Amino acid sequence: MQAAEPRRAPAAAVDPVLLRVENAYKYFPIAGFGGESVRAVDGVTLEVRRGEALGLVGESGCGKSTLARLITALLPVTRGSIVFDGQDITKLRGGKLRKVRRKMQMIFQDPFASLDPRMTVGDIIAEPLDNYRIGSGPERTLRVAELLRLVGLNPNFTNRYPHEFSGGQRQRIGIARALAVNPSFIVCDEAVSALDVSIAAQIINLLQDLQREFNLTYLFIAHDLAVVRHLSDRIAVMYLGKVVETAGRNDIYDHPQHPYTRALLSSIPVPDPAVERDRDPILLKGEIPSPVNPPSGCRFHTRCPIARAPGICSEQEPQLEAHGHRDQVAACHFAGQF
Amino acid sequence: MAPTLLQIEDLHTQFFTSRGVVHAVDGVNLHIDAGEVLGVVGESGCGKTITALSVLRLVPDPGKIVSGRILFRGKDVTKMDDQEIREFRGNDVAMIFQDPMTSLNPVTRIGPQIEEAMTAHNRFTQQQARTRVIDLLKRVRVPAAESRVKDYPHQFSGGMRQRAMIAMGLANEPALLIADEPTTALDVTVQAQIIQLMKQLNRELGTAMMLITHNMALVASLCTRIVVMYAGRIVEEGPVDQIFKSPQHPYTWSLLRSVPRVDEARKDRLVSIRGLPPDLSNPPPGCKFHPRCPFVIDHCKEEEPPLGEVGPNQLARCWVLMRTVSDEAIDNARAASLASSEAAKKLKQAVPDAGR
Amino acid sequence: MALAQPAIDQPIDWEVPEKQLGLWSDAWQRFRRNRLALVGAVIVVVLVLIAVLSPLLVHFGVIQDPYHQDVANIEATPGMAGHPLGSDELGRDTLARLMYGSQISLTVGLLVQVIIFPIGLAIGLAAGYAGGRIDNLLMRFTDIWYAFPDLLFVLVVVSVWHPSGSPFFQLLPIFGAIALVNWVGLARLIRGQVLSIKEKEFIEAARSSGSAPIKLVLKHLLPNSLGPIIVTLTFGIPQAIFLEAVLSFLGVGIQPPTPTWGQMVFDGYEAVYANPSSAVFPALAIGCTLLAFSFIGDGLRDALDPRMRR
Repeated sequence: MQAAEPRRAPAAAVDPVLLRVENAYKYFPIAGFGGESVRAVDGVTLEVRRGEALGLVGESGCGKSTLARLITALLPVTRGSIVFDGQDITKLRGGKLRKVRRKMQMIFQDPFASLDPRMTVGDIIAEPLDNYRIGSGPERTLRVAELLRLVGLNPNFTNRYPHEFSGGQRQRIGIARALAVNPSFIVCDEAVSALDVSIAAQIINLLQDLQREFNLTYLFIAHDLAVVRHLSDRIAVMYLGKVVETAGRNDIYDHPQHPYTRALLSSIPVPDPAVERDRDPILLKGEIPSPVNPPSGCRFHTRCPIARAPGICSEQEPQLEAHGHRDQVAACHFAGQF
Repeated sequence: MAPTLLQIEDLHTQFFTSRGVVHAVDGVNLHIDAGEVLGVVGESGCGKTITALSVLRLVPDPGKIVSGRILFRGKDVTKMDDQEIREFRGNDVAMIFQDPMTSLNPVTRIGPQIEEAMTAHNRFTQQQARTRVIDLLKRVRVPAAESRVKDYPHQFSGGMRQRAMIAMGLANEPALLIADEPTTALDVTVQAQIIQLMKQLNRELGTAMMLITHNMALVASLCTRIVVMYAGRIVEEGPVDQIFKSPQHPYTWSLLRSVPRVDEARKDRLVSIRGLPPDLSNPPPGCKFHPRCPFVIDHCKEEEPPLGEVGPNQLARCWVLMRTVSDEAIDNARAASLASSEAAKKLKQAVPDAGR
Repeated sequence: MALAQPAIDQPIDWEVPEKQLGLWSDAWQRFRRNRLALVGAVIVVVLVLIAVLSPLLVHFGVIQDPYHQDVANIEATPGMAGHPLGSDELGRDTLARLMYGSQISLTVGLLVQVIIFPIGLAIGLAAGYAGGRIDNLLMRFTDIWYAFPDLLFVLVVVSVWHPSGSPFFQLLPIFGAIALVNWVGLARLIRGQVLSIKEKEFIEAARSSGSAPIKLVLKHLLPNSLGPIIVTLTFGIPQAIFLEAVLSFLGVGIQPPTPTWGQMVFDGYEAVYANPSSAVFPALAIGCTLLAFSFIGDGLRDALDPRMRR
């Protein structure tokens, strides 16, 4: 099987950053008069380093799924740039974009909706091979069988349809599809959220194994911080369209700098009754504001336990700055001061 | 000693489908005492929701309670006539469901919906019901309850809707509240609020609760006693501390170790249970968990174990039991994985450099 | 509990639940269980056989020649003189004319759909997939077209364009007119299907796998919309048959002596008191055919509905 791309001459120094999102914005205009938009992603700067697993967490309305779709060019940005492996993909179209797509693939949340119900499993996994003209017919069949074996499924069932498989198995088919063209970067959009606990564990283990075997870089998006902590090297926390904190996974748990991160972590129950009895979760007041009209200044100030509002917190939007340890950054005027 | 509110004896609920009889609930015995919070844990298809629906006799077609007794304060629910069951539902036992958006009528305001729960049982007059609704909403911590009463469900956020559902459930001061995955559809920070609320309500009102969930952390937070279900049967039960510290059934053990913890830095492999849940219309012989059990022995394939006592107030349905399993066997259970490394090698050789 | 080596060598999940029915087989099974649909299907099959075999039957003398005017037996009542269903005012055998008439009706019904399909498909797919201005443009165009009074339009077309010659040529303007008037429903339906499927995750997955838009449309969107398309086309058949019958009744369809049901009704209508059979039987034929196709359409709709599976 021929590699579809020519070998690149080894660069003098390979950029350790594989993906750089710079000031990305995505607004969805609301129909009707008034000119309002849903500000799904409202100025996000983020980087993903080669070989790492970056976890992206946040609650509903934080924009993580939209950001995932901006990164994989499934949605166009309203503003900003997304530089993948040296190329700004927001400026690419058509054939050039498709070439880049090959290097980044996505695994979706809903195992029931992410596979075309009218295609056989074999065809589904072979579709990317077909798109990029990798291999001849028989070579592709072999590769599909190997991919199925790789993710732990019986390779004899390539002519079955998705509805004949269970949720966990379908998710594995989706993983096989994502790996078909040998990408370097995989975005997992809530890949285990729709699965039962023990099945999710299988998939988490599988993703870890695959990362090691193929030297993959992951962007792992989830709302479950426990799962994210397990899989990721670094974690970024989003709130209402912006990144509020980024840190290594131990740093973010041991000493969160942003009050939202702290509240989020303390909200998560732990499967240990003794711990739970002693824990006193920080309860945020109110609900998540609407992304159509985010609060002024720091978006979190309406629910923040340490906010000075009226004051700097309701007037000035904080920027991501170094706080805490190592490369930890947080966007808070009073970072770490709880 | 708190009196026993609910006693389920040898309940069998089956579904009569075109492909055969599905034994959704296959001989379940459980009890809930006044004021306690019982967790019913298991994954999809284990029968926990159907058990709850059986208690209220709300099992959907083509399901039927085939045998067994469900005693509420001594009276058998399965034998109640239509009048009695209507008085029972919503009054003695209330249920709240997972997705509040679909459980609430979208074209009726919140206030009247909660009122309806009360006036249906003729315990309050329309006037009394109206004032009580506001009190209830306040009790479930809905801010500005007086004006929110006039809102429609879509004007409430997810967390608020769930609170409204809880208010509806508590409207007639039931002795038992059954909550089926009450926080699954909610954000984490909202979930924490609802958990707090349920703890407070249990303390303040003394309402017993049956919490149905697959979320072990939720159970650790709220429950005093838990029951683990698999394939329509109870495989383990006991006080929550004991079960979490020393689970005896391999399924419980696997379940606890397949959940990543947010407070742990380990990047060990999670324990995963191989295989698929059993086909309930054609279950495996012997112990229903044996095809997936990492510690299976021959006897497991022949005879189904009874629920036996394995500790003070702790019961487990297993021939092997975790305390008899060697460390080595446990290591092997952890190492089991899905991916094949030979396949990985072959793939790497085939497309060596694409896209790097 | 440290591990000696991270093993990824034991594939565990080789089992797949036993083979279930494919989507089409499942639909066929459900269709079969619907009695009315089966009755409809049987009637249609019989009709097709009649249409195809009637020249043979005449050749072998089983039925009379529909063009032959049995002057001695004008307006015969059913059963008289070898006319099982009677004869019309020119002595032509009603049964034979009915059987020949089925050819016209079925041809119109089916061929009109053949013309409608590509038009509706192209417009619906383009509007649904492209969205934005193109969608707007196409839909407004569709709306305007829809606002035309069908019958009037058809009448104008057939009045202006009436080729002579074989019945088939005479049918061309009719096909064209009916199709041109009826493609709107299909276009809108396809657009709706495309709009709803477009947002599904498997389409996003296909896009991120590098599939080009054409491939998305033809390999993903279209196959997943087939169900409702088939149903709509099936319901379109009786619509077209009825419209043709109306045209014939009004005298602007195929010209005599070619027998068509609509025309037979018209002829019989004038003599309805003297010879009711010559109007009643063609009307019954039209009615039964419409019902049969409607039953099939209903049956298909239920059978192809993915939600009703299992």
